[in-house]
Amino acid sequence: MTKELTNKDKVEAGLPRRRRKETLFRATGMIATAIGIAFLAVFFATLIGKGASAFVQTYMRLDVELTAEQIAPGGELDLAYADFDGLVRTALRKEFPEVSGRAERRELYRLLSIGAGYQIRDLVAENVDLIGTTQTLWLPTSATVDMLMKGNIDASLDASLRPLSDQQIGWINSLQRAGRLDKRFNAALFTNGDSREPELAGIKGAMMGSFFMLVVTIALSFPIGVAAAIYLEEFAPKNRWSDLVEVNINNLAAVPSIVFGLLGLAVFINWMSLPRSAPLVGGLVLALLTLPVIIIASRAAIKAVPPSIREAAMGLGASRMQVVFHHVMPLAMPGMLTGAIIGMSRALGESAPLLMIGMIAFIVDVPGGFTDPSTALPVQIYLWADSPERAFAERTSAAIIVLLAFLVLMNLAAVIVRRRMEQKW
Amino acid sequence: MQSTTLILLLGFLAIIAFYLGRGRSLSLVGGPGKGRALHSLPGYYGYFVSIWCVLPALAMLFAWVLVEPKIITALVVNGLPESAQQLSSGELDLLINNLRNMASGDVVSIAIDDDLERAASHFNEYHAKSRQLLAVLVIGLAVLGGSVAWRKIHPELRARNKVETSVRWALIGASSIAVFTTVGIVFSVLFEAIVFFQKVPVSDFLFGTTWSPQTAIRADQVGSSGSFGAVPLFAGTMLITSIAMFVAVPVGLMTAIYLAEYSSSRIRGIAKPLLELLAGIPTVVYGFFAALTVAPWVRMAGESVGFEVASESALAAGLVMGIMIIPLVSSLTDDAINAVPAAMRDGALGLGSTRSETMKKVILPAALPGIVGGILLAVSRAIGETMIVVMAAGLAANLTANPLSAVTTVTVQIVTLLVGDQEFDSAKTLAAFALGLMLFVVTLILNVIGLYVVRKYREQYE
Repeated sequence: MTKELTNKDKVEAGLPRRRRKETLFRATGMIATAIGIAFLAVFFATLIGKGASAFVQTYMRLDVELTAEQIAPGGELDLAYADFDGLVRTALRKEFPEVSGRAERRELYRLLSIGAGYQIRDLVAENVDLIGTTQTLWLPTSATVDMLMKGNIDASLDASLRPLSDQQIGWINSLQRAGRLDKRFNAALFTNGDSREPELAGIKGAMMGSFFMLVVTIALSFPIGVAAAIYLEEFAPKNRWSDLVEVNINNLAAVPSIVFGLLGLAVFINWMSLPRSAPLVGGLVLALLTLPVIIIASRAAIKAVPPSIREAAMGLGASRMQVVFHHVMPLAMPGMLTGAIIGMSRALGESAPLLMIGMIAFIVDVPGGFTDPSTALPVQIYLWADSPERAFAERTSAAIIVLLAFLVLMNLAAVIVRRRMEQKW
Repeated sequence: MQSTTLILLLGFLAIIAFYLGRGRSLSLVGGPGKGRALHSLPGYYGYFVSIWCVLPALAMLFAWVLVEPKIITALVVNGLPESAQQLSSGELDLLINNLRNMASGDVVSIAIDDDLERAASHFNEYHAKSRQLLAVLVIGLAVLGGSVAWRKIHPELRARNKVETSVRWALIGASSIAVFTTVGIVFSVLFEAIVFFQKVPVSDFLFGTTWSPQTAIRADQVGSSGSFGAVPLFAGTMLITSIAMFVAVPVGLMTAIYLAEYSSSRIRGIAKPLLELLAGIPTVVYGFFAALTVAPWVRMAGESVGFEVASESALAAGLVMGIMIIPLVSSLTDDAINAVPAAMRDGALGLGSTRSETMKKVILPAALPGIVGGILLAVSRAIGETMIVVMAAGLAANLTANPLSAVTTVTVQIVTLLVGDQEFDSAKTLAAFALGLMLFVVTLILNVIGLYVVRKYREQYE
């Protein structure tokens, strides 16, 4: 006996299948969300795992005799000619008196960074009275020793496969037993400019370059962006030109950043002959790049100011300019500032246009002004990421952590500005 | 005197001018208590004088700084001996460059003789003179402008209207900068690209299949004639972009749907900012991650299944780029979904469809134009992305569709061609601008269509 299927039966027959589909769809959505978050987790884990160790560095304790003959041979002090490396070498030889022969000694000297000599020079330059005394100093070791201490070089490998010889590892072990090797905070990372020696390379130059660049960027893009937003929101008549400007700004916000670099190269460097590699030019390019971001944010902030405020001011006899500058702008300021901070954080992370205008040069000196050759933090990351040394990979991660820390701070500032000053209407 | 000092000095003069103007307006009507007799508030008379003091002087300063180098160079060339003036323009440029370096005490690449020595000192002499003249002119103009305006002050002067007109023009100027930027971009890439296309025919560039931009220094060198067929670059860009979209579109779309329809508000409150974090990470950091972490993984995974994987595979760069674009796709999808009227959703649910059916059969079709517009914007973003591909994709221009091999992209080539020393007349450098033109045009078209569709669609339901 066959029963006629009612609509209800048909629906009920399909329900399990539909519910399965529903569960599947929901699960897919969950997985998709998880993918993004999982990437973020992996990303930060690897970054911190790789970069955290760069904030400490291996130093060697040595008793260095600051003999007057080696520092000031003719009896007078000339820092440029004094043999500070010699002092370090003598001290090392005293530590390992059994080492003889040129080749062996050279291997021994390689345990220490060439920065050891500089450190003593700075010490003597600061206090001349130290000459003739014996000082116990913590001197930076070379990057390879540092890598071994941090476990990045496998000492059990065949000697030909690692950058340290058996003998060097023996010395390092004996130094370690004597408590002469220690990992300490890597101040050089924050006080030095770039260097070919990983243990001496720091990000101060790049940070200063980024700082000067952002100063130029904000000084240009904030006033211009706010002025443009005010005009477009409050004064612009509805005509072709306003439409053109409108479309233009939205488009500029989506133009690839490298194209801005081409513009900077052709206009600022080739045509106006401004100096290459200078924060001034970088700042100009980044100002053009962040302008649309600031304009769009400022317009949204101006739009959020209720019309009743404008009407009240107008009713009391204020001119349109007075309405805008005395009433609308102060009320929209938190939103504008938030937009500016977000624009700045985008500018700080930007590197492609800077490559075009030559901010990619290898620059050791810390820039002291807007026209000094310099590099920027993200470009420094790019440069270090290209270096083959293992020690530079670690420093790249550390520089990225610093960059991200700055970005997080800026975004936090934006959130705080918004929370503190925002008005609800 | 340096231009920065001059500008600072002008700022100082402007402040003085403000107080002088304000003071004069008040004293004309007989003291601070009588301000009502003035047409405008006293401050506006101050601004009026300030503007007259600074604007003409600033215009002068900028014009001078722009023209100065050319005039000085012309003067120095005039002072050079006959033999030097007969040189070709390229050689003359080189000579002038060297003279400049000599003048600033840098290293020079030519033998120095008396004539050059004299020319170099001319450089310094003219420069110093020009700066003195400029300082005198700028300050003179500032004082002159300020005093003219100061004399013009009388109680009936409509100072507020005049000041507001200048401010209005300043606002218009600021809003036009966006247009000038676009025009600047178009001209700067177009001019160099046109020069390039005079050397290399357009058809060779657009349809040629060999890319090797090394040009010969000497005519008799072998194998370095330079070949500018950009098809491999376009193919490489498309390959990496497709991989990226293959990751970003489904993941971004499903994330937006899940967060909009299914997740509790607590999960949404955590997941959304986290995903926005992805959008805030600088691309150079993604590039580092792609090159040092993802690429080795891809290689290991591929080799364990028996594939041959290039160490700079398109897959690694594309995957990471896809992850970078997820937030963009998901936020644009979210906008599109939210713009669908609640009545449509409620209607579908009321008729008994499950949530996934509502989504698939009602909301997504209604939101499709918005989503497609968003995807176009995402594609444009992927095509223009530079740092990830510079760091993780290769330099070899292979014409292949195999995601495991190394390919190169338009942006990578622009960077490689333009980083380092360059001269503006070699085909190699100019090629970068031709590529830039292609990049700009393609992304512009995508953006215009994408923005138009997104906007049109938003209006449709408003």
